[in-house]
Amino acid sequence: MDFLALTPEWSLAAFAIAVILLSLFVRDRLVLALFSLAGVIVSAAVAIGFATWLSGSAMVVFGNMLVVDSFALFFKLLFLGIAALLILASLDYAPKFAESQGEYFALVLLSTLGMMLMAATTELIAIYVALELTSISLYVLVGFLKEPKASEAALKYLLLGAVASAVLLFGMAMVFGFTGQTKLGDIVLAILRLAPDNSGASPALIFGVVLLVAGFGFKIASVPFQMWVPDVYEGAPTPVTGYLSVASKAAGFAVVLRVFYSAFIVPDWVAVDWGMLFAVLAAISMTVGNVVALPQTNIKRMLGYSSIAQAGYLMVGVATVGLAPATDIVGRSSILFFLAGYALANLGAFIAIIAVSNQTNSDLIADYSGMGKRAPLLSLALTLSLVSLIGMPPAAGFIGKFYIFSGAVQHGLLWLVIIAVINSVVSAYYYMRVVKVMWFGEPASAEKVPSSAALKLALTLTTLGVLFIGIVPGYLMRLAQAASNIFVF
Amino acid sequence: MSEAAAWLVLFLPLASFLIISLVIRPFFNRYSQWAGYLTILAIGGALVLSLMALKATTGHEGPIGWDPHSWITVGSFNLRLGIYMNSLTAIMLVVVSGVSLMVQVYSQGYMKGDPGYARYFAFMSLFTASMLGLVLASNVVMLYAFWELVGLCSYLLIGFWYHRPAAAAAAKKAFIVTRLGDFGFLLAILYLFFHQGAIAGQGLNSLEIPDIYRAVQTGLLGTAVLTWLGLGIFAGAVGKSAQFPLHVWLPDAMEGPTPVSALIHAATMVAAGVFLVARFFPIFEAAPATLRLVAVIGGATAVFAATMGMVMNDIKRVVAYSTISQLGYMMLGLGVAGLAVAREGHVTAEVARAAVAIGIFHLFNHAFFKALLFLGSGSVNHATGTVDMRLMGGLRKVMPWTYITFVIAGLSLAGVWPLAGFWSKDEILAVALKEQPVLFALALLTVFMTAFYIFRVVFLTFCGEYRGGAPGEHGHDAHAHGKPHESPPVMVVPMVILSVLAVISGFWNVNGAFSVFMGEGQTKGFFEGFFGILAHPLPWIAMIVAGLGIFLAYLMYGSKRISAERMGERFKPIYTLFYRKYYFDELYENLFVRRSLVNGLFAGFQKFDTNVVDGAVNGLANVTVATGKGVRRWQTGQLQLYGLFMGIGIVVIVLVLLFAG
Repeated sequence: MDFLALTPEWSLAAFAIAVILLSLFVRDRLVLALFSLAGVIVSAAVAIGFATWLSGSAMVVFGNMLVVDSFALFFKLLFLGIAALLILASLDYAPKFAESQGEYFALVLLSTLGMMLMAATTELIAIYVALELTSISLYVLVGFLKEPKASEAALKYLLLGAVASAVLLFGMAMVFGFTGQTKLGDIVLAILRLAPDNSGASPALIFGVVLLVAGFGFKIASVPFQMWVPDVYEGAPTPVTGYLSVASKAAGFAVVLRVFYSAFIVPDWVAVDWGMLFAVLAAISMTVGNVVALPQTNIKRMLGYSSIAQAGYLMVGVATVGLAPATDIVGRSSILFFLAGYALANLGAFIAIIAVSNQTNSDLIADYSGMGKRAPLLSLALTLSLVSLIGMPPAAGFIGKFYIFSGAVQHGLLWLVIIAVINSVVSAYYYMRVVKVMWFGEPASAEKVPSSAALKLALTLTTLGVLFIGIVPGYLMRLAQAASNIFVF
Repeated sequence: MSEAAAWLVLFLPLASFLIISLVIRPFFNRYSQWAGYLTILAIGGALVLSLMALKATTGHEGPIGWDPHSWITVGSFNLRLGIYMNSLTAIMLVVVSGVSLMVQVYSQGYMKGDPGYARYFAFMSLFTASMLGLVLASNVVMLYAFWELVGLCSYLLIGFWYHRPAAAAAAKKAFIVTRLGDFGFLLAILYLFFHQGAIAGQGLNSLEIPDIYRAVQTGLLGTAVLTWLGLGIFAGAVGKSAQFPLHVWLPDAMEGPTPVSALIHAATMVAAGVFLVARFFPIFEAAPATLRLVAVIGGATAVFAATMGMVMNDIKRVVAYSTISQLGYMMLGLGVAGLAVAREGHVTAEVARAAVAIGIFHLFNHAFFKALLFLGSGSVNHATGTVDMRLMGGLRKVMPWTYITFVIAGLSLAGVWPLAGFWSKDEILAVALKEQPVLFALALLTVFMTAFYIFRVVFLTFCGEYRGGAPGEHGHDAHAHGKPHESPPVMVVPMVILSVLAVISGFWNVNGAFSVFMGEGQTKGFFEGFFGILAHPLPWIAMIVAGLGIFLAYLMYGSKRISAERMGERFKPIYTLFYRKYYFDELYENLFVRRSLVNGLFAGFQKFDTNVVDGAVNGLANVTVATGKGVRRWQTGQLQLYGLFMGIGIVVIVLVLLFAG
C-alpha cells in the first residue's frame, strides 16, 4: 500500500533507468526525448489520478514520513510540467551533449523525482535525502557540457552545495536536539510542550531555525546564500539553467512552506521570528538581485540575478505566512500561484534564449539586437515572458504579484510591499532593455533564427500559459487554494 | 436566450477584430476585402442575437438573472464578470449592432481602395465589441474598462488618417477632453470601491450594478453619497456625450472617415453618456439635485450647440453640432422626466424606468436618422470631394437617392409628424412643459433652430446650381472626379434601409409599447395614438415652430428672398460669436491650456521636475547602478569568498535574532 502511494515516483525512476539502457542501443535523440516525455506523462497521469481519487484528503505513508496530499500533488504536477517543457526545449540543445544524451534525460527525470519527493516528505531525514537526490543530479547536469566554464560552475555548485547541505544537516540536528523528534508533526507538539508560552525564546531552537533557513536559502537562492547563482547560471547548459531557476527554486519553496508551516507555526514567537527573518531576507534579496541585474550584459547572468529578486518576492509570501493567523490562506496560496506563473514565464524566457543562442552562439544582450525582425514570434514570446517577470498585465506575473502583495498588506507588511513595488520598478529597466534591443535595435544579420517543432511547441505552451493565467486566473487560484488548505490547524 | 448567446454578442465582433488584426492583416493583406466581409458577418450575427435578446426581454419582469462569474478573488476583494440583461440593455444592443451593420456595409464602398482597409475594419470590429461590452456589463469595473476601450477606438478612428495633422490633432483632443469627464467617472467608481464596507454587511458587492440598485432602494447609501456618485457618473457622461462644457471635441472629431462619424460620433459612443445616466438612473433618482443638473446641462447644450450648427459651412460639422444638440435633448428628457417622477414622491425602480424610457426612446430614434444624415454627408462628400457646402449645390439631380434619404432624415430630425423624431421629441417637450417652463422654452427654441440648420444644409447642398466641388486640396476624400455622381449601391442600400427606420422607428411608442417594454405604462390603440396626438395643441406648436425654421431656411437659401450675406452683416456680432463657437476653443486653448497650464502649472512642474525629481531620480539611478557595479565586484568567482559570505550571513542573522530580537 505504501509503495503504491509513490507510484508516480517509481514510474519516473523506472523510466529514468530505462532511458539509460535504451541509449545503449538507440542514438536518435528524438526517440530518447519522447521516451523520457512518456515517463513524465505516465507519472503525471498517475498523479492526476491520485488527485481525483483523494479529492482533498491526505494519504500518510511510510510511518508518517511521506504524505500524498493536495499540496504535494500540486508541486508534483508543477515539477512534471516543467520537466516536460524542459525535455521539449532540450531537443535543440542536446546535440551539444554528444554521446551522453541518454544520461542527460535520465538525470532530468531523476532530479524531478527528487523534487517530487521533496514536496511530499514530512520528516527531516527524508527531506534531506530527497534534497540530496535532487542536488546531486543537478550537480552533474550543470557540468554536462564538459567545457572548462561548465566544469568550474559544476564544481562551485557542488562545493557550495555541500556546505549548504552541511549547514542544513546541522540545523536539523539542532532541531532534533531541542525536540527529540524528526517528524514535522511531532516537532510542533514537542515545541509546544517545551516552550508552551511566549515567556522566552530558546536560543537552541532559534539557532536551528536559522540554519534551516540558510540551508533552504541556498536552494531558493536567497541573499546571503545566493553567491553561487551567477557563476552557475552562466556556466551551465542553458536548459539546465532554466531548470535550476524554476524547478529547483520551486522545490525549495515547497519544502520551506511544508517545514515552517507544519513544524514551527506555534508558539507565536517562533513563527514571528522566522516570518520577520524571511521578510528581511526578502527585502535584501529583491534589492540585491535587481540592483546587480542592472549592469549585466549576459542575459543568462541577468536572469540569474533576476531569479534572486523573484525569490525575494516569493519570500514576501513566506513572511506573510509566518505573520498571518493560521486560518488565512491568501499568503500560502499566493506563493503557489506565483510559482506556477513564474515557472512558465522564466522557462519561456530560457527556451527563447536556447533558440537564439543556438543560432548566434552568444548570450550577450547586445546580440539580441533586431531579433524582432529576425524571429518575430520568438521575440514576441520572450517579450511576454519578460513582461510577466516585471509583473505587468496581461501576463501571469501581474496577478501573482498582486496576490502576494495584497496578502502581505493585509498582515502588516506594508513596508515590505513598498520595497517590493519599488524593486519591481527597478526591475522593469533591465527586463525592458532586452525588449528594446530586440524590437528597436538593428539586426546584426538578416538570417532567420531556426528552431525545431518541439521547441516551438514548448514556447507556445509557456506563452499561452502565461497569458491564460494572466487573463483567467481563477482556475489556478482555486487549485492553489485547495493545495494550501492542508495546513489549516 | 441563453447566457452563452448573450456573451456571443460581444465575442463575435471581438473575434472578428482578433482574426483581422492577427491573421488577415499580417499574412493576407492582399485579400483585405475579407476583413470587410468578416466584420459584416460578425456584426450581422451580433444583430441577430441582439434581436433575440430584445425578444427575450419583452414582457420579462426585471433583468434576466445570470449569476456573474468570479474573475479575481483575493481575500475580501472579489471582481466578477457578468451580463446585466434588461430591456435597456437589449434596446442598446439592437441600436449598436443594427447601426454598426449598416455602417459596415456602407464602408465597403466608402473605404474602397484605402491602404488601411483591413486596419479600418479591425478597429471598427473592436469598437463594436467594446460598445456592446459596455452595454452588457453587469459590473462597474467591467463597464469602465469597455468605456475606456470605446474611447480608445474613437481615438484610433478619428486619427485613422494619421498622416493628416488635423486628424491627428483632433484624435488627441477627443481623447484628452473626454478623459476629463472619465476622471469624474473613475472617482465615482473608486468612491464605491472604498466605501464597500457600507453595503457589504448586507451581502452586497458595491461594484455590481444590481447590488448598487438594491443598496439605493433600501436606503443604505445616504443622499450626500448618492449626490457625489451621481455627479461623478454624470461627469463621465458629459465627456462622452460632448455636453457643455466638454463639447469641444466632437466637431473636430469629424476629421475621421465619415462612416466612423456615423457610427461612433452619432449613434453609439456619444450616446453612451446618455446610456450611462440611464443605467445608473436609480442613483440620480434618489438624488434630485443631480437630476436638476442633468436637465439644465442638457437643455443648455441643446440650444447652445444648435446656435453653432446654424452658421457652419462644413456639412459634417453642422451634423456634428446637431448631434451635440440632440444629445442634450436626451439628457434634458432624462432629467425632467426623472424630476417629474421624483416630485410624485414614490421612487421605485419601475417608475424610474418610465423616466428612462423617455430619454432612451429619443436615443433609439436619433441613432437611425442621425446615422443616416452622416452617411448622406459621406455620400455627398464622396461625390464632390469636399465637405464645404459653399462648393456644393444642385446635387438633387445627380444624387436622387442621397437627396431623398437625407430629406427624410432631416424631417425626422426636425420632428415632423409622423416621422420617428416627432414622437420622441414630443414626449420630451410634453414632460418639460409640465416640469419646468424655462427648459421647455429652450427646447422649443431648439426645435426652431434644428429645423433651420438642417434645411439650410438641404438647400445649400442639394438645390440650386452645382458650385464646383473640391478645389483639390483634400487628402483622401478627393477622389478627383470630374462630375459628381450617385454613390454605388453598396452605399445607397444601407441609407435606404436607415431611411425606412428613420420613418418608422418612432411608431414603436405610438401606442405606448416602448414604455411598456421599458417597464412602465400601458398600451392604447395604435391608430388612436397615431392620429389622436394631433388633437393636442403641443404637437402643433412644435411643428409650426419647426415649419417656421424650415421656411426661414427656404427664404434664405432656397429662394434667396432674404440674403444670407446681409443677415450675416446685420447680426455680425452674433454671427461671429456662433461661427467662432463662442470662442470656446480659444478660451480653452489660450486661457486654460496655454496661460494657466503650460506657462503656469506645467512650467512650475517642469522646474520641479528638472531640479527636484530628475535630481532625485538621476541620483537614485546613479547610486543604484554604482551599487550594482560595486556589489558585482563581490562576485569574484572565488569559491572561498562565496563560502565565507554564507558563513558571515548565518552568523549575523543568528546574532541579530538572539540579541536584538
